[in-house]
Order: sequence, then C-alpha cells, then structure tokens
Amino acid sequence: MSDQERVLKFQIFRYNPQKKGDKPRMVTYELKEAPGMTIFIALNDIREQQDPSLQFDFVCRAGICGSCAMVVNGQPTLACRTLTSNYENGEIKLLPLPGFELIGDLSVNTGKFMRAMSERVESWIHDHNADEVNFEMLEERMDPDVADKIYELERCVECGACVSACATKRMRPDFLSAVGFMRLARFALDPRDKRTDEEFYEIMGDDDGVFGCMTLLGCEDYCPKDLPHQTQIAYLRRKMVLIK
Amino acid sequence: MKVIYTDSLVIGGGLAGLRVAIASMQRGLDTIVLSLVPAKRSHSAAAQGGMQASLGATIKGDGDDEEVHFADTVKGSDWGCDQDVARMFVNTSPKAIRQLSAWGVPWSRVRRGDREVVINGEKVTITEKDEAHGLITARDFGGTKKWRTCYTSDGAGHTMLYAMDNKAIQMGIPVHERKEAIALIHEDAVCYGAIVRDLITGELIAYVAKATTIATGGYGRLYAISTNAVISEGIGNAIALETGIASLGNMEAVQFHPTAIVPVGILTTEGCRGDGGLLLDKDGYRFMPDYEPDKKELASRDVVSRRMTEHMRKGKGITSRYGDHLWLDITLLGRKHIEKNLREVKEICEYFLGIDPVEEYIPVRPTQHYSMGGIRTKATGESPNLKGLFSAGEAACWDMHGFNRLGGNSVAETVVAGMIVGEYVADYCAQNSLNVSTSTIQHFMKQEEKKITDILVRDFGENPFELKAEMQKIMMDKVGIFRNGDDLEKAVEELKVLNQRAKHVALRNRISSSNPELVEAIRVPKMIKLAQCVAYGAQLRTESRGAHAREDYPERNDRDWLKRTLTTWKDESADLPELTYEDLDVMKMEMPPGSRGYGVDNTIHHPDTGRREKQIEEIKEANPGVDRFELQKLLNPIAIPEKFKGKNERIGRGFK
Repeated sequence: MSDQERVLKFQIFRYNPQKKGDKPRMVTYELKEAPGMTIFIALNDIREQQDPSLQFDFVCRAGICGSCAMVVNGQPTLACRTLTSNYENGEIKLLPLPGFELIGDLSVNTGKFMRAMSERVESWIHDHNADEVNFEMLEERMDPDVADKIYELERCVECGACVSACATKRMRPDFLSAVGFMRLARFALDPRDKRTDEEFYEIMGDDDGVFGCMTLLGCEDYCPKDLPHQTQIAYLRRKMVLIK
Repeated sequence: MKVIYTDSLVIGGGLAGLRVAIASMQRGLDTIVLSLVPAKRSHSAAAQGGMQASLGATIKGDGDDEEVHFADTVKGSDWGCDQDVARMFVNTSPKAIRQLSAWGVPWSRVRRGDREVVINGEKVTITEKDEAHGLITARDFGGTKKWRTCYTSDGAGHTMLYAMDNKAIQMGIPVHERKEAIALIHEDAVCYGAIVRDLITGELIAYVAKATTIATGGYGRLYAISTNAVISEGIGNAIALETGIASLGNMEAVQFHPTAIVPVGILTTEGCRGDGGLLLDKDGYRFMPDYEPDKKELASRDVVSRRMTEHMRKGKGITSRYGDHLWLDITLLGRKHIEKNLREVKEICEYFLGIDPVEEYIPVRPTQHYSMGGIRTKATGESPNLKGLFSAGEAACWDMHGFNRLGGNSVAETVVAGMIVGEYVADYCAQNSLNVSTSTIQHFMKQEEKKITDILVRDFGENPFELKAEMQKIMMDKVGIFRNGDDLEKAVEELKVLNQRAKHVALRNRISSSNPELVEAIRVPKMIKLAQCVAYGAQLRTESRGAHAREDYPERNDRDWLKRTLTTWKDESADLPELTYEDLDVMKMEMPPGSRGYGVDNTIHHPDTGRREKQIEEIKEANPGVDRFELQKLLNPIAIPEKFKGKNERIGRGFK
C-alpha cells in the first residue's frame, strides 16, 4: 500500500425519485485517499463532508450481509470490501444495481425482490413433520459431507450481483435468476426437504425458470461468494429435463 | 394519521425478533415485524463462530450437559447474571438448536473415527464415536469446559438467520422493511406500539399493538471502532429509555472482543482460537500462557482483551500508523482447515488486509463487540415498569450474561429468548385487550412530527455527523477496556455538553423523505443519551466485574456491588439519567459467587455467600440420592414455559 496520498475522483449516479422534479445525473466528487480505504469508507466520507443527501446501503461493511452490491466501474460487486487502491487511475464510477427498484442514488430495493424470490421458490424445508419434531430427542442424523455440501450452496448473501449481471433477466422480467436457482439447488440437495422432482418442476420447469437461462454466466463471473452457479444450473436443468 | 393495528408488534428482524414473531404467529396472533433493513441482512448474520448448546455429541463434548453450561455461563458473567434466566437458557438451548435443524440449518456434523485437531499449539488426533456419526458437532470456544459451540463452518449466524427468516416467510409473517421505530406509544404505564418512520417516503405511521417487542440488537456503534454492523446504534434501547418509564439494565457492561482486524475493526471469529489459533506479540512470542496458564488464549473474552492490552502497554505490541496491535496466528491450522472452517475469516483477510492467513499472521486488537446491557426485563422478557413492552436478544438485559458474555452464547440467546419471550408475548396478547385512546396515539404522533419539523426548519445548528463522531471518540478514549474515575468523570461531563448541543441539530439537506442526514439527526440525540447511561453507570460502579474493569477499583466487590444498574430518564430536560440499583439475591443462587479462576482472586465477598454455600451443602445432605434435575429444583425452582420444560436427550446417557 502506497503512503502517497492521491485524490480519487468518484462519479456517482444521483437520482431521488421521492423528490419532485429531480432528474437522473452523474455527479463528480473528489476525495483524498486514505490507506486501506474501501468504497464504504469513501462514500461515508463524501456523505459526511460533501453531500449529506447521498443515499447508499451498508449494514455489516464486512462482506457478509450482501446489502451493498453496486456497479463499480462497470462491474457489479460488494462495495464494502472493494479497496479504492484497486483502481490505478483513481477514477471510480458508481451506479446502482440494475434489475431492482431504485430507492435513490445507489440504494436499490433488493429486499422486496428477494422476499418475492423466496416465496416463489418456497425457500423452506417442506416436511409436514418439521413442526411436529420432538426437539427433546436426538436430532435427525445427517451425513457430514451432505451438511457441508448444503452449506456450500447456502453461502449466498442475496446481494443481487447475479441478477444484475444476467442478460436473460434483462429480456425476461420474471426470470428467476441465479439466486433463485441456487436456492432451489440447495433445497433439492437437502434430504430434510421432501419435495419431489415433479414439485420442483412446477416451480422452475419453464422459460422463466431454468430452461430460460442462456448460459452467458454473468452470475458465475460476478458472484462475490464464488458460488458454483454454472454447475448448479446445469444440474437443475438436467434434473428437470429427465422429468418430461 | 396513518394507523396500523396488530396484536404482536416486533421491532427488529434479526434472530430474536423473527423468533418472537414466529411464536406469536404459531399462537394465531396477527404479527408484524419492523426492520431497518431486509431481515436477512440483520447483524445476526455476522455471527461466525457458532451457538452454544450442550449436545455433547463430539467426543470433546463428552460429559457436557445443562449443569456444565450453566456453570460456564454464570462464571463467565462474573456472577452478574440472573441465574434463573441462565438456567432457563441452558435447558432450552439444545431444543433451540434441534428445532433449527428441523427448519433447515445445515449444522456441521460429527464424522466417526480419527481426525487431527490443534490443541494448545499441538497437533492431536481425536477419535469420534461411531454412534455419534451424523449428529451435530461442536468446536471449542473461550471460557467453556467442553467443546460446546455448534457451528456451520464459520457461517453459523448466516445459516441460522436464513433458516429463521425462511420459516417466517413460510408462515407469511409480514416484515415491513426500511421502517424505523422512533418513539413508543404508551398510556398509564402500558405500551401500545410505536411511532414509525418510513425511511423511503419519510411518512410517520402509528403501529398500534397489544404487545411490543424490541429486538434491535446492541449499541456497539456508540464506539468509534466496533465489530458491529452500522445499524447497531441502540435506537431500540433509546426509545425505551425515552418513555421515562422503562429502565435499562447494566448499560456499563460492554464487551471487547480480542480479535478484530486493524484498522477497520471487522471481527475474526473466536473460532480461530477455538480451533487452535494463537496470539503472538512483536517478537513472535506466545504471551497468553504467561498471563493465564490454564485457559491461555481461550480464557473468557474480557480476560483475553485485558491481557492483550496489558501486553501492548508493556511495549510488546506491533506499532502501526493505526496504533499498536498484536498477531493472531492461524497458519498452524493448515490450508484445508482454514478454507473449510474459517473461510469468512480468510475472505476478510484477503479483501480488507490483502493477506493470506494460511501463510501470514493477522493484525488484531481488542475492539468493542457486544452490549450486555439493554432494556431491563423480567425473566418473561417484559419490562417490569412498562407493561406490554417486551425485549429479547442483545437489545435486552434479560440478564443472561451479567458483565461478560461467553462466545457462542449470543446467537444462542437470540433464539432461546425468542422462543421463551415469544410464548410470554403470546400469553400477554391472549390475556389483554387493546385499550388505548386515539388521543394518546395522536399525542405521540404530533410530538414526533414536531421534532422532525423543528429540525427541518432550523437554519443554523449542529452537524449530526460531527456530534456522533465526537461522542464515539469520547466513548472510545474514556469508556473503553480499562476505565478509571478521572477519565469517566471527563466522559460524563463532555457527553452532557454534547447532549445539550444535540438539541440544536440543523440540516444541510432539508427534505422530509428519504434523507440520510435526517436519519442521523433523529438518531444522534438518542445515541448520546445512551452513551451517557454507559459512561455514568461506569463512573458510579466502583468495582471491577467482567468486562467493566476499573483501574482504580481492581477488585470485584460482591459486598457492595452484587447488583444490577437500572437506568431511567424520567425528566426529558435533565442532562443526566437517574441510576438505581437492584440487588442480586445470593440466597437464591444455585451457584453462589466464587472465583472465575483467572489471575489473582481479590474478590470482596458478600456476607450471604458463605451462608448460601452452607445452605446448599445442607440441602444436598438432606436429600441424598436425588438426581441433578431434582437437586436443581430444590436449589432454585424456576418457571419455564410448558413447551420447553422437557429433558434433553444425549447419546450414551439418554435423558439423564
């Protein structure tokens, strides 16, 4: 890390739909770089020192919660863990994540989208006995490898980077997208979920589901958690094809 | 005036809040959850290490049960906790984890046969039992006798929160996102919901409810450097305080975690040390065994944090432009283990420090981490002063943690408290009707509207961001790991000044809808009040207990201080809160105060301690042959909701 201070140039998308007459525009802010500076630190600095109206979302600021995905120099990523030193010329262009309802500036409503996705894929264990389980007794056993594999697919933080990077989603507004496929793959793998392949087919066996995917794999390229989207989409597609 | 009616209003969409909402819904109540953020983004997700439950399936947890977990929790709290609550908790935690397992958490499991682990810096082979294969496993954590912290790699909080929120979605529980409760509605010492600001439109909405549960997490962001999420600002605690009726408990009890990375303060889990990681100084020397020969790196968090600070004060820290730090060495655990069980840690090191922890040491120092204090509640989760107000999880001082929380007991508490308090919330809703006058609702609505209008029309005044930064610096410098009378006095005085200044906040961006500066202007005066509660409580508590360490009063003083601090703010124009104290009854304790086994025991004992010890011996002698359950009842009978009363099964011993 260089100790030499440089001036960063942020170009930031500004638009507040709540404000009458406001128009979308790009605004430039200059900021002295500090060692170890992340986009989280930079944006807060800009808000506190230069423009208190600037909207953005951070929660954990540690790359864990998925709140802060935005488009940084053309690429969707988690802003909180993006170091400004990654950008050699010191120019950083920030846009809100496309594919989601805009709240204002860099803030988008991923929560609404993800709740709808969870409802659509029925993102829970389907087992009539799950509520009747006697929790005084030993839990149902699970193969340790299976538990590890489920966790691998459950690491998704619902940041929305995959949705924003998906060309199919642009063409098909109701396309389920990689985040939904990953969730389905996670439950399909889980022996506690008693859904049959036919039931999964009802959820994803059409062009807004797994058959619509054009395999451009923006999801795979931009997933900040490096989830195996390509493999899982292929796996689900094969599983669905075998049904009918 | 927009009014939304419900039975059970839950403020906060983390693990505790969602679990209370689920309990309410299961009992057929209309339920709404309010959350600043989408529920799955709550700070619960950041818990990496795991959840303590005495399942005893791993061989290193053999012999574990409720008694051992209870003893660890009480000792960890430095005898400051409510033992009734700790007892309910340890009995319910195994049920909580098993229920979550049925709801989808992919807990890491026991694998039969040999495996290599690192214990005390040495590679050791342990052999897991055949009959334990496939049951939920556990790892070692600080301050525990057994390996009891159940985990999913290092994403325990994430998987728990996802399972819990998915369950809530399955049940159709509405989560109203981007909503902030800014005041409670109350009449004749009964709470009836909250005035809530929509963070997008700026609209104020009255959510009127029979029962209101605050589950908004801790107040870590009162400090400049904290491991907490940026939303952990204590606003739920503050709105309870601002009723002038509800009290906050033990606000001075603030935990510092030994291993947050420098400078940004992001946590690396206690699992690093639990799995065998070591703390090293500037000479690469492992110093913890010199201070704590018994538990070493795995002493209780408050102890390790103080020892690290002591060691740095001796000039043994590594100097950096951000101040001194020490090293956390996990290289000895090997790549395979780190990439599987400590992956979040690895990612954090790569992204924020640009290092690979498989090869390099991690720069760490103690950092604000957890709020033991919070809204004082009875064991039912209800405020003793304000009826119908409940609280659960880190926001509450249910008082399971006293003056120091054990690692792995926080996410465990969120779920267990959610289960137990959820039942009491449902009971309350069943037994009470909604009896609030419209004029009361209107009064609170008008009051909040006026506060916001006053801010928006003010031409000149204080900058809320600056006030907050000043407050955070005072807390950091003067109300930190080690405290003393002089600094605390200064902190209390300086915060008083900030409190006055906070009454004159003005904005540069004067719009009432979505506006981060207005959010700050609403929150900062509340946060300063909380900071005053912490600093003033710390100033008056002239002893050292758990995480509250006074350099000028180093001994734990049970004789004068075996009591809980209660803080209220009755007079809004006052510039300090009112403090009173609630005695802990030694004669009811299952485990009378003793030594935690760290450093020199310089405790000033309580006169009842000896009496109670003798009494316990007599009860034991008079009842030979009773089992541990019967003995527990004889020593301290407690009420647990019917659903959670049963005994817990373990391999090799059944329900014994």
